[in-house]
Amino acid sequence: MELILLVVSAIFVNNFVLMQFLGICPFLGVSKKLSTAVGMTGAVVFVMTMASVISWLVYHKLLVPNDLVFLKIIAFILIIATMVQFVELVLQKLSPKLYASLGIFLPLITTNCAVLGAATLNIQNEHTLAQATVFGAAGGLGFGLAILLFAGIREVLELADTPKAFKGTAIALVTAGILSMAFMGFTGLVK
Amino acid sequence: MIVATCVLAGLGLVAGLGLGLAAKFFAVEVDPRQEEIGDILPGANCGGCGYAGCSDFAKGVVEGKAAPDACPVGGAETAADIGRIMGITIEEKERSVALVLCQGDSTAAPTKFHYNGMTSCASAALVGGGDKLCGAGCLGLADCQMVCPFGAIEMTEGGIARVISERCTSCGKCVTACPKNIIQIVPASAPIHILCRNTDKGGVARKACTYACIGCKKCEKFTGDGSMVVTNALASTDYTNPPQDPAVIGECPNACIKELDLSKKAVQH
Repeated sequence: MELILLVVSAIFVNNFVLMQFLGICPFLGVSKKLSTAVGMTGAVVFVMTMASVISWLVYHKLLVPNDLVFLKIIAFILIIATMVQFVELVLQKLSPKLYASLGIFLPLITTNCAVLGAATLNIQNEHTLAQATVFGAAGGLGFGLAILLFAGIREVLELADTPKAFKGTAIALVTAGILSMAFMGFTGLVK
Repeated sequence: MIVATCVLAGLGLVAGLGLGLAAKFFAVEVDPRQEEIGDILPGANCGGCGYAGCSDFAKGVVEGKAAPDACPVGGAETAADIGRIMGITIEEKERSVALVLCQGDSTAAPTKFHYNGMTSCASAALVGGGDKLCGAGCLGLADCQMVCPFGAIEMTEGGIARVISERCTSCGKCVTACPKNIIQIVPASAPIHILCRNTDKGGVARKACTYACIGCKKCEKFTGDGSMVVTNALASTDYTNPPQDPAVIGECPNACIKELDLSKKAVQH
């Protein structure tokens, strides 16, 4: 039950992108097409879950016993960067098309603060390993939900008769704001 | 302190080893020719070939999508080298350069208002088409100079852009950057050029600039072979069949026809 609540919390109530405003860069960058957004979601879910698990293990089994908690951020960044590199290698081999369409945004997951955010929040909220895993995966899915919704809207927006001054990024930012306000409706659903 | 260093180094080592193994396991075969071509390309990543960068172009060549002689920067030598790697012979392509089709500097072309906005042609062009009375005049705020990856554009004392043709590689960046559309890629071998893009009729054009083409058709009549034609009160040269006789220069009442030697090329650095 607790884990289900955690999932609902991470996906809807405390959505990384729309409620905590983390990971905005890929959210805006890779949301022009639904198909690339799906690929990005897959990559982020994988990286976030793995990063959550490994960073939890490193923190609790390596840093805390050795009294090296201050190394938290640098260690997490190292882990995340490694995971991203790994995903990049795998994608290049298994799906060159997706690799090409994600382009620069794939290595940019390294600096996607949502991933570092998930790892740090796991420690801050004193999650257990199981909770950390679920939180990471759900956080990634939350990111995916936001970016997929946004990509869907942007694809339709492309055809809409937008005033000249609002074309492109301007209307995208306005849309992101409204989407974020919509998600605020979930506030209070889970404590 | 020592423990911290060791722990972090250990983490890095494990991560590095993991990645190394993964790189071996998930290695992607790259056509060796692609790397070879990538090595001989200029590496300016200017995008003049139409690809995202030099490595992307190398990939295109190997896949047969890009023409081996499409790199405007490397020119004939690079094309020949690529041909050698790909095992094909390349016919020598004619060198081309960018040319600013305007002579209306501050002494020749009056302004219609005082522009004091951002120092950018693109922004100046939004305000009534810029401060020059001539609608096709160089605004002289150096947008083209900014984008040129080769330092091949200078601003003259009179405040208009000039391409230093020795350094120009005809990558075409300035052509797209110019909001007035007055930069053109021309064959370097053509001797005669019309340095004006003003399509206004006689009197109006003459008022806008002393070097304006007024569409008098004298050059069209003088050449007579279609190498110079006047459309919309603006003369232009047909670069597939450029005029060769410099005598036509004397025909132009406003001196907008110029003989230029653009064929010199700077030594590759």
